[in-house]
Amino acid sequence: MGAINQYIDLFDANLDALNAGSAGALNAMRAAARQAVEGRQLPDRNTEGYEKTSIEDMYSPDFGVNVGRMRIPVDVAASFRCDIPNVSTLLAVVVNDSFHPAASLLKNLPSGVEVMSLAKAAKERPEIVDKYYGRLASLDDTAVALNTMLVQDGVFIHLNRGVKLARPLQVVNIFSSPSPLLAPRRVLLIADEDSEVELLLCDHTQDSERHYLSSQVIEVFAGRDSSVGIYDIEESSPLTSRDSHLYARQDKGSKLTVNGSTLMGGTTRNSYDIYLEGSGAETRLSGMAIGTGKMHTDNSSSVIHGAERCHSDQLFKYVLDDDATGAFEGSITVTPQGRFTEAYQSNRNILASTRARMHTKPQLLIYNDDVKCSHGATTGQLDQNALFYMRTRGIPLAEARTMLMQAFMVDVIDTVKLEGLRDRLRHLVEKRFIGERTLCSDCKTNHSPRCLTDE
Amino acid sequence: MDNKLLEVKNLHAGIDGKEILKGINLVIRPGEVHAIMGPNGSGKSTLSGVLAGDPKFTVTEGSATLHGCDLLSLSPEDRSHEGLFLSFQYPVEIPGVSMVNFMRAAVNAKRKYFNEPPLSASDFLKLMRQKRAIVELDNKLASRSVNEGFSGGEKKRNEIFQMAVLEPRLSILDETDSGLDIDALRIVAGGVNKLKTSDNATIVITHYQRLLDYIKPDFVHVLYKGRIVRTGGPELALELEEKGYDWIKQEIDG
Repeated sequence: MGAINQYIDLFDANLDALNAGSAGALNAMRAAARQAVEGRQLPDRNTEGYEKTSIEDMYSPDFGVNVGRMRIPVDVAASFRCDIPNVSTLLAVVVNDSFHPAASLLKNLPSGVEVMSLAKAAKERPEIVDKYYGRLASLDDTAVALNTMLVQDGVFIHLNRGVKLARPLQVVNIFSSPSPLLAPRRVLLIADEDSEVELLLCDHTQDSERHYLSSQVIEVFAGRDSSVGIYDIEESSPLTSRDSHLYARQDKGSKLTVNGSTLMGGTTRNSYDIYLEGSGAETRLSGMAIGTGKMHTDNSSSVIHGAERCHSDQLFKYVLDDDATGAFEGSITVTPQGRFTEAYQSNRNILASTRARMHTKPQLLIYNDDVKCSHGATTGQLDQNALFYMRTRGIPLAEARTMLMQAFMVDVIDTVKLEGLRDRLRHLVEKRFIGERTLCSDCKTNHSPRCLTDE
Repeated sequence: MDNKLLEVKNLHAGIDGKEILKGINLVIRPGEVHAIMGPNGSGKSTLSGVLAGDPKFTVTEGSATLHGCDLLSLSPEDRSHEGLFLSFQYPVEIPGVSMVNFMRAAVNAKRKYFNEPPLSASDFLKLMRQKRAIVELDNKLASRSVNEGFSGGEKKRNEIFQMAVLEPRLSILDETDSGLDIDALRIVAGGVNKLKTSDNATIVITHYQRLLDYIKPDFVHVLYKGRIVRTGGPELALELEEKGYDWIKQEIDG
């Protein structure tokens, strides 16, 4: 016990340096966060909601934090670039926890859209950052409070009223550090009324020999009638842990699509807290996990219907092989205000080996009569009849298994709205199931910083 | 006259420790059509499953060779490559796998087995078009998931379409007539007849004489309690149609 203490000590000893490397609201929130963790521990398996994933264990290795903003050369970042067929994205890279925009991003951003370093935004756009930063992320969650204590930079995205961003934004998160590192990452996305944006987040590890931990907090404000898509693909190393928290608040008539894919990693915990605050808002929350080796993936979701005529649809699917384990805990809460709610949740899992394990806990909390709600969870094996049928047509067993596992994920992939992104995800999933170790063959290794300037 | 396509000798097989086939002997030569009939539970579908390699059955005794090679030692996929085809009584629905991907995987797996390069996209589509015509299968089904949402008739036509594409040497049609109306039956049977050559052979498993009006058998076997208890010409099927199975049961059970 007491993994948090090393970070508290680090915080107390380096508060000035933390503040010097950041600005505005990020610094202003630190004291409250520090106070929130006083006497608290990170959740472990004895904590309700964390029975299968100990956050304590994730944070207990001796991780460093890049307090002094030691610069990792940007051309390291340039060695990663994920192409999406037929889609040209507006690219930014987060190296550990530092934001680096591609030159093309700055050139090509239409007016009414701001994408920049969160530290910079805290300084230059305090009227917006002060209003939204930390308003959804709850300091009652010790891991979130820890992130808030230590964070110095992040991604700031703001769309003015009515602005529809045609090209998707892409943020590539990369770990690159000679020593074990915790990166506090942060995304603040504000979509004003009637705006539209799609954000692709890709997690990579550059050095697969080191232990890393990503502590990520994403806050999304979907304004009235806005449309926001967030697609998060994790392809990190087995030694990388991820503790991610996504918070979203949806205004009247807004549409939010969130799709999280855990394709590769070590221990991953994703939690989603979505609050439907305005009537007629729609949420499509989905996730998939493809677990091999000793991977552990835990998705925890909470969708709260706080207004009438909202619609939410949750779909999480896991295929677990080898010794992989998975957990899903999802809840739908319909408040007394949530009349005429439609809310669905589904968790379907395939265990491809006898050693893989899945734990699932769907929940419905309904404080209202006038609702349509359903939830369901199944865990099973690949359909033996289908496998035999395919084999009688000459399709070898391994290929038949791959085809069935891929087919199983089709509906999760189909929740991605952007066609090029869908194709890309389909391709990644296919390669993952074939068992390719280097996933991102489309990520060109390019050691000049050209990629970041020339797109 | 020793060009045996299939030779089954004293085949015993069962499921979960329960013996269902109790010594099957069967020889099929190229160009022949054999009908296997028999009352419910006699082991007809078990025989087709065992020959195709369904892992849920266990062979406890006997042998089966396909053009001389030991069928029982081959995986289901290699049995297919070696020329065995099973048309399922209940074709399996595979949500998320499109017909076109399914067939491409099947065709190219066979080509790989024979060290041939994969078919080009245009040659593959040409092949599909050509073979679809044999059973009048709608092109629209190609983009749909395998058998998902297909009508009973479409599923069976789809089986014969796959048979046409894979060009097996021995086809086993397991109750292909079940769930078919007269028109669909005519199309399916017509497809089977079009695919008949002097080199390949067909086993038709059926309850009814009706299908045999369309697919004319050379031999009719009666399977009862896991054994072939009677073999005759097409007239045997007519006799069964008229008299039922009771007289055979009585003869066997005494």
